[in-house]
Amino acid sequence: MLSPQDAGALWVTFKLALISTAILLVLCTPLAWWLAHTRWRGKTLIEALVMLPLVLPPTVLGFYLLILLGPRGWVGGTLESLGFNHLAFSFSGLVIGSMIYSLPFVMQPLTAAFQATSGRMLEVAATLRASPLDRFFSVAMPLARRGFLTAAVLSFAHTLGEFGVIIMLGGNIPGRTQVASIAIYDHVEAMDYASAHTLSLILVVLSFALLVAVYGLNRKFKVVGIGS
Amino acid sequence: MQNETTQTELLTQTELLTQTELQARFYVERGDFTLDVAFSIPSCGITALFGRSGSGKTTILRCLAGLEHLDGSQLRLGDEVWQDAERFVPVHQRALGYVFQEASLFPHLSVRGNLLYGYQRVAPAERSVTFDETIALLGLENLLERYPDKLSGGQRQRVSIGRALLTSPRLLLMDEPLAALDDTSKAEILPWLERLHESLSIPVVYVSHSIDEVARLADHMLLLENGRVLAQGPLQEMLTRPDLPLARSGNASTVLNATVVGHDAQHHLSVLECGGERLLVSRQYVSPGQRLRVRVTARDVAIALTPPAGSSVSNCLETQVESISDDPQPSHVLVGLTFGDQKLIARIARHAQEQLKLAPGMSAYALVDIALSCSEASWRTSGTAPKANAQYREQRPGFSLIQ
Repeated sequence: MLSPQDAGALWVTFKLALISTAILLVLCTPLAWWLAHTRWRGKTLIEALVMLPLVLPPTVLGFYLLILLGPRGWVGGTLESLGFNHLAFSFSGLVIGSMIYSLPFVMQPLTAAFQATSGRMLEVAATLRASPLDRFFSVAMPLARRGFLTAAVLSFAHTLGEFGVIIMLGGNIPGRTQVASIAIYDHVEAMDYASAHTLSLILVVLSFALLVAVYGLNRKFKVVGIGS
Repeated sequence: MQNETTQTELLTQTELLTQTELQARFYVERGDFTLDVAFSIPSCGITALFGRSGSGKTTILRCLAGLEHLDGSQLRLGDEVWQDAERFVPVHQRALGYVFQEASLFPHLSVRGNLLYGYQRVAPAERSVTFDETIALLGLENLLERYPDKLSGGQRQRVSIGRALLTSPRLLLMDEPLAALDDTSKAEILPWLERLHESLSIPVVYVSHSIDEVARLADHMLLLENGRVLAQGPLQEMLTRPDLPLARSGNASTVLNATVVGHDAQHHLSVLECGGERLLVSRQYVSPGQRLRVRVTARDVAIALTPPAGSSVSNCLETQVESISDDPQPSHVLVGLTFGDQKLIARIARHAQEQLKLAPGMSAYALVDIALSCSEASWRTSGTAPKANAQYREQRPGFSLIQ
C-alpha cells in the first residue's frame, strides 16, 4: 500500500524534523535566555531577525539558502574549497534550511517562557547557594519546561509540513531529500490520488497523535503546579 | 593589612561597637531617594528594620543579602568581609538565609525538594543543622510530599523558612514574611516564629512595617525614615522614647518582659512577675517560669498618685515618672514610667497631668487592666551568646505552643 519511495519520504521527513528540532532547541536555549534578559538596545534587531522567517515566503528563504549553500555561495563555496561537498540538494542543507524556517517557532515560546519565569525564583535559588549556571539548570529550565515542550512540538510539526524551502533547496531526490509533503504534491500532479491519500492520512494521524500526547503531557505538568 | 585598615575605617566612620556581629554601611542615590545608613546588628536575637514603605527597609535587606550591589558600601559579618571597596561576595557564596515576602517556593519541587535544595548545596562539613531537626522545629513532617500549590499561605511560609534554615546560615534575613498572609495564616505562623526566635542563635534581621509583629518578635529595632537610620536600640527603649514617632503614634504601646509565677484558675487569671511588681493578666496556658512579652497600649494606662481603693482595675504598678512629653494631640501628654528594669508609657489627658502635678522623679501608680496581649518570649540583650551558627538551642522542658 505504501510504496518504498513514499516510506522513504516519510522517513526523511521525520528524520529531518527530529534532527532540526533537536539542534534548534540546543542552540536557541542560550539565545532565548539572553534575549529574555538583556537590556542591550540592539536586541530589537536580533528579535526582528529571528522572526523574519515567519513572514518571508518560504520560496524566498529557500532561494537565498540555495545561493548561499550552493557550490558558488559563501558557505557552499568555502566548504568546497576545504574539500567538503556544498550543501545544496543534500540532507544537511535541508536541516539548515528547516532550522532557519522553524527558528521563530522555537525562539518565541522559549523567550516567553524565560521572561515569564520571575527573577524572584532565581534570587531565591541564589540565596540557597546555587551558582548562576546551577540556577539556570535547576530552576530556570524546569520552570520553562512548558515553553520547551511548545517549542519542540511547533518546530517538529512545522518541519513536517515544510514545502517551499525544501523544494527550492533540496530538489526532490527520492530517499535523500524528498519529503512527504513534496511526495504528496508529486502524486497529485501525477493524478495518483490513492497514494496521495495514503501519505496524507498517515501525516494527519501522526500529527494528531503527537498533539494529543503533548496536551496530555501539558496537563500532567499543570498538576505539578506550573503557573500557580 | 589592607583588610584591617578598611575595618578600622568602618568602625570609626560608624562608631560601632566592636562586639557586634554584623556591621554595614550602605549608600546609594536613586532619583529622589537617597539611602545612607550605617548600623550594626547584635550577634543574637531579632533585629527589626522598621519604617514606612519607601523608607529603605527592603533595599537594606537586599544589600545585606548581596541581591543588590551598591558601590561604596561596606558589609562585614563577624570576621568575614562580604563587601568593601575591593570585593563583593556574590549571593550564593554568603552563608545567609533569606525569607521573601511571598513564600516563593519552587513550584516544580515538592516540599521535600524545596527543603533539600539549599541543604544539598552546603558542604556536609559546614552544616550545623539537620534535616529532621529543622522539619520538627517548623512542624513540616506531614507536608514533605506535597507540592507548593497544595499548601496554605502559612504552610508555604513555614516551608520557606525551613528551606532558608537548612542552608545553615550565619545570618537570617526576613522580608515581611507575614505581610502577604491573611490574619488566620498570620496567627498560625506567629507561634512558629516565636519558637524560632527561641531556638536560633544567629542574628535575624526582620523587615516589617507592622508594629504588632515587631512588638511581638523583635529584641532590637532599627528605625528607618527616608533612607536614614532615625534611631536604633533595644525594643523596649525604642518603643518608649518620647522623641521617636513610635511613642507618639495614636496606638503607641510598650512591651513588658514578665515571667509567669502561677495561675488563678478560679478567676481565669495568670499571675506574672514584672520589674519587681505583680501583674495579673487573663489566663495564659503556659507553665510557671515561662517568660512572656506583655504588650501594654499607652492609652490603656491610667495614672493615680495613691493606690485607688474600690477600683475595678486589677493591676496597680508602683512606678517612677521618668519623663513627660507632648503628644501630637495637644489634649494629651505622654508620661514615661519606670519600675524595676521595665518601662511603660501612659497617654493621659493634659488636664489630668496638670491636676496631679505630675513631674519627672515623682512616684505614681500605673493602673492597667488584665486584658493584655501576651506572647511567649525569650528576651535577650545585645551581645549575648555570640555563637555564630544555626545550631538550635535545647528546648526548655514543658515548652508549649499554645497561644
